[in-house]
Amino acid sequence: MNVRIPTPLRSYTAGAATATAEGTTVDEVLHDLDRQFPGIRFRMVDEQGRLRTHMKVFIGMEMIRDLSTPVAAGDEFSIVQALSGG
Amino acid sequence: MSTDSAPVLLIGTRKGAFTLSADAARSNWTLSEPMFLGHIAQHVVLDPRDRTRLLLASSTGHLGPTVFASDDFGATWKEASRPPAFRSGEPLARSVSAVFWLTPGHASQPGVWYAGGSPQGLFISLDGGDTWDPVDGWNDHPMWTTWAEWPEQQTPDGSMLHSINIDPRDPAHMYLGLSSGGVFETTDGGENWHPQSWGLQSPMFPDGDLEFGQDPHCVRLHPQQPDRLWQQNHCGIYRLDRPETRWVRVGNNMPREIGDIGFPIELHPRDPDTVWVFPMDGTDVWPRTSPDGRPAAYMTRDAGESWTRCDAGLPERGWFTVKRQAMTTDAEESVGVYFGTTSGEIWASTDEGANWSCIVSHLPEIYSVECADPGVSLR
Repeated sequence: MNVRIPTPLRSYTAGAATATAEGTTVDEVLHDLDRQFPGIRFRMVDEQGRLRTHMKVFIGMEMIRDLSTPVAAGDEFSIVQALSGG
Repeated sequence: MSTDSAPVLLIGTRKGAFTLSADAARSNWTLSEPMFLGHIAQHVVLDPRDRTRLLLASSTGHLGPTVFASDDFGATWKEASRPPAFRSGEPLARSVSAVFWLTPGHASQPGVWYAGGSPQGLFISLDGGDTWDPVDGWNDHPMWTTWAEWPEQQTPDGSMLHSINIDPRDPAHMYLGLSSGGVFETTDGGENWHPQSWGLQSPMFPDGDLEFGQDPHCVRLHPQQPDRLWQQNHCGIYRLDRPETRWVRVGNNMPREIGDIGFPIELHPRDPDTVWVFPMDGTDVWPRTSPDGRPAAYMTRDAGESWTRCDAGLPERGWFTVKRQAMTTDAEESVGVYFGTTSGEIWASTDEGANWSCIVSHLPEIYSVECADPGVSLR
């Protein structure tokens, strides 16, 4: 499936705004991204498997916090970063 | 490029890292382009053992914390392939929110580095900062949840493990500081730890004489006299000469109207009796700016018996803070003293604090300033 990559993570994807990744759950997709772009997952997910506070994952228009949520091949997978701070 | 050895300041800021390179006379300084612009650069440290490897602790707002390494003085960087982290699935479910402090290991252990984090975890790398592991003897110590701030108390910048000091005589002998929590010591390479905080005062507890729980802001072991420890605490300036176990508040010798509150304490590289501090206002709601808005460093040359105000060249009034990692010295014959401010200025003295000048301004909020003597030429 296509995965939209936010600008703060594009240093891992050589600047690409989208990537292709496989998996049957959100977590598997993130692991597949990490296999392709080493280090990207830890910037989004902590060592206890929790999505970091300001990182958001959308499947279509639905925001997902549970990384075990199933995904399907045709889903639009978006990683979005909240804006905060200054 | 020159081949002379001249100090280079490694500057970590809220929005990236910079180097500031001196000429041999330390009269002209060259500021680099920003590195990791927009990222929090908490601490940037050069490995004194090879004078080549540079590590940068980053804990950028939205992204997870990590460490970057450079062997070409910042021209290129490589991220740690396994950044500092607690063990997955551990009972406390801790996760590192910031890598706050970096310390190169003992001279006999090339490639070893330590990192302190928030929450107050200790991490070790054996390969120059590429892969990191938890120091289980500290992180899983049965007293950790008592010694450390846990659950985190949501202090303004989070709880921190800092001031990792390694005894140059013995790599297994180390001290560290918890802000808050106190000073802790290991004599077996980090498997076992005990508090080393008697004598430190704390307003955060009703009993003033505590085994632990105080708030050291910066702890320094003098490399030329490793039994001497200096400390700028939330509550005072202290000195400890081992094997004594009780810290002495030498800040009581500071002028009463200035007090002895501050963040950094910086050592003279060759004289264990000489240190510099940068007092701040700890009255009322703790503005943490200079007392009465009149910036000054203070220096002792007699191990804290007396203190001299060092403000020549500093602004008459100013309202900034100097953070605990933002003061440093070089090793020149007339020691250079440097500090960075929360308002983005670097101030330098090439005569041991007697006169100051601003050598760069308009940087982002400065978190750390370290002095390096790189093995590579920079100009």
